[in-house]
Amino acid sequence: MLTVSSLTMTFGGLKAVEDLSFEARRGEITAVIGPNGAGKTTVFNCVTGFYRPGEGGITLLHPDGKRFELQRMPGHRIAARAKVARTFQNIRLFAGMTVLENLLVAQHNTLMRATGFGVLAVLGLGHYRAAERVAMDKARYWLDLMALTARADDPAGALPYGAQRRLEIARAMCIDPVLLCLDEPAAGLNPRETEELNQLLLRIRDGGCSLLLIEHDMGVVMRISDHIIVLDHGRKISDGTPAEVRADPAVIAAYLGETEDA
Amino acid sequence: MKPLRDAFLSALVALGLFAPMVGLVTESTDHGLTLHARPVATAVVVALVFFGRLAMLTWRGRSRRDTVAANRRLAETVTRTGRYIAPVLLLAAVALPFSGSRYYVDLGTLVLTYVMLGWGLNIVVGLAGLLDLGYVAFYAVGAYSYAILATTFDLGFWTCLPLAGVLAALWGVMLGFPVLRLRGDYLAIVTLAFGEIIRIVITNWVSLTNGPNGISGIPRPTLFGLTFSMEGGEGTVSGLLGIEPATIQRVIFLYYIILGLALLTNWVALRLRRLPLGRAWEALREDEVACRSLGINVTNTKLTAFAIGAMFGGFAGAFFATRQAFISPESFTFIESATVLAIVVLGGLGSQLGVALAAVVMVGGLEMLRDLLSTLGEQMNSPFFAGVAGELPLYRMLIFGLALVTMMVLRPRGLISGRTPSASLGPSREIAAELVAEGRG
Repeated sequence: MLTVSSLTMTFGGLKAVEDLSFEARRGEITAVIGPNGAGKTTVFNCVTGFYRPGEGGITLLHPDGKRFELQRMPGHRIAARAKVARTFQNIRLFAGMTVLENLLVAQHNTLMRATGFGVLAVLGLGHYRAAERVAMDKARYWLDLMALTARADDPAGALPYGAQRRLEIARAMCIDPVLLCLDEPAAGLNPRETEELNQLLLRIRDGGCSLLLIEHDMGVVMRISDHIIVLDHGRKISDGTPAEVRADPAVIAAYLGETEDA
Repeated sequence: MKPLRDAFLSALVALGLFAPMVGLVTESTDHGLTLHARPVATAVVVALVFFGRLAMLTWRGRSRRDTVAANRRLAETVTRTGRYIAPVLLLAAVALPFSGSRYYVDLGTLVLTYVMLGWGLNIVVGLAGLLDLGYVAFYAVGAYSYAILATTFDLGFWTCLPLAGVLAALWGVMLGFPVLRLRGDYLAIVTLAFGEIIRIVITNWVSLTNGPNGISGIPRPTLFGLTFSMEGGEGTVSGLLGIEPATIQRVIFLYYIILGLALLTNWVALRLRRLPLGRAWEALREDEVACRSLGINVTNTKLTAFAIGAMFGGFAGAFFATRQAFISPESFTFIESATVLAIVVLGGLGSQLGVALAAVVMVGGLEMLRDLLSTLGEQMNSPFFAGVAGELPLYRMLIFGLALVTMMVLRPRGLISGRTPSASLGPSREIAAELVAEGRG
């Protein structure tokens, strides 16, 4: 459903991503892995509209058949219309707002429509109240799922690290994405939290949302991915199921360095 | 002993600085200038520096943990008592004209104008986190819109008020479009320039604005078509009520208009904060990139903040014009923007009550201080104070500046820092100011 074709992104003279093509299928977890500096985050930023790719196309197909050319859309539209959500490598929460508020901000566009774009709700008109109740219910659903309900009224910046990661995922899920892009979700988590994350991601996938994942933790990648793409120096060097990728000599070479007989 | 030594050194520096600045004074006599020494004044200043430094060091000497905890406790107390302060302030504001004192009502009107401007700017700076140094531009646009519309087309205050607001909002959007891609310092500089541009255009566009001479004869507001004319009789308020016409009636009427306008600003700002738009403003202040990733149109959201802030600036401007009946570019200098911004920062970014208190202190307090100092000066007959007593009122800006610096050292995030969540599952709890972002434009 996400098709990236001949994607090229250059910064000055540096080719961060070169002629990259891959596909992420619906209902699957697709992982993008590779050594540091391989261009993983650049691909992410292109898909989510933070960078505009120099060449190539990124096409997203919704289940209802709608097509989006992501490389032509401004960043906020990609989230609002194409329903691609993302998290960040260095967590970006609204630290001074409560956990609950973080989840409500994520539903901005839905709520905004219900307020008649601000004007009616100031005067207490429109069906804003009902819309807000729906938004609160959705927020509560994700709070329960992420075990954050007890801390709903605490500022997001005061949460422990693992909880902040969970909250960021919950916030991204509140825009009802068809594709969720996670940039190193397991970074800094302890083994138990990592295991919980695995279960959570599988649950999100089974809920009908496809996932695109950058991860360094091979435990996570190999266990939950349906499909893996390996990048090195901005190029795709391998593409396949976890078992295939693990056996690919090119991947081993990229991670461990060239061997004598390779 | 280290603090003592430190304080002594500070006193030494102060002596070097103030010996020529305070210690020597020139006086023009018949034979030209003569030089006088003022040893007592110098000694007082140096002693102040010595003890001030000592006090500061002792205060800072307490463990940092203590001060943070103390700060939080103070913030909580202030917020808790804030719930009682607000109604008391409101009641006092409503009751003020019953004092019958022209001085207090005039002062109250001035303070309320700044409260309203502060609340308007608070939307832009406090909620959306966009540092706007040219807020006076919208104040000017509002004032001139009303003045020109009223004198050219003979329109009344109540017709022009919304128009002035709309025009100011329009200018807010026009300024916003090109500059909102800028951040932080750059945004501040461009808004500063915008404020100056508006003032210079007003000064030079003589055919429209009458240039530096200003516009006079701006009509006063009416009460349901009734005027506050001094002649009394048919069509005036005093005529209808059958009372003696007096200027104070109009002054009080103006006072209630600005009270109403300020409360409207407050109501809209408070209401918006609990709506998605206000929440998006705050989210923008916290993290713009995250907003974009959640599908929030950053440009539009910033523009609405700018436009709504500008609109209230425009309302306040129209009121200023009708109150003064005369406006000229001199009323819209940078110092106005700076004062309003100082009110917002001092009050605590985003805090409605804090802004109101800061305006009372900064505008009302400064006026009161002037009177207090001149009365005090008159009381000091002792020859010991000779030379100081007379010029005591001149020190008011110095005292005031010192108070501001002390205030910002003690409470760097403003009078009322901390943030009340806009929605909560359980009982809502204050968020400590340390966690809340200040915004980077």
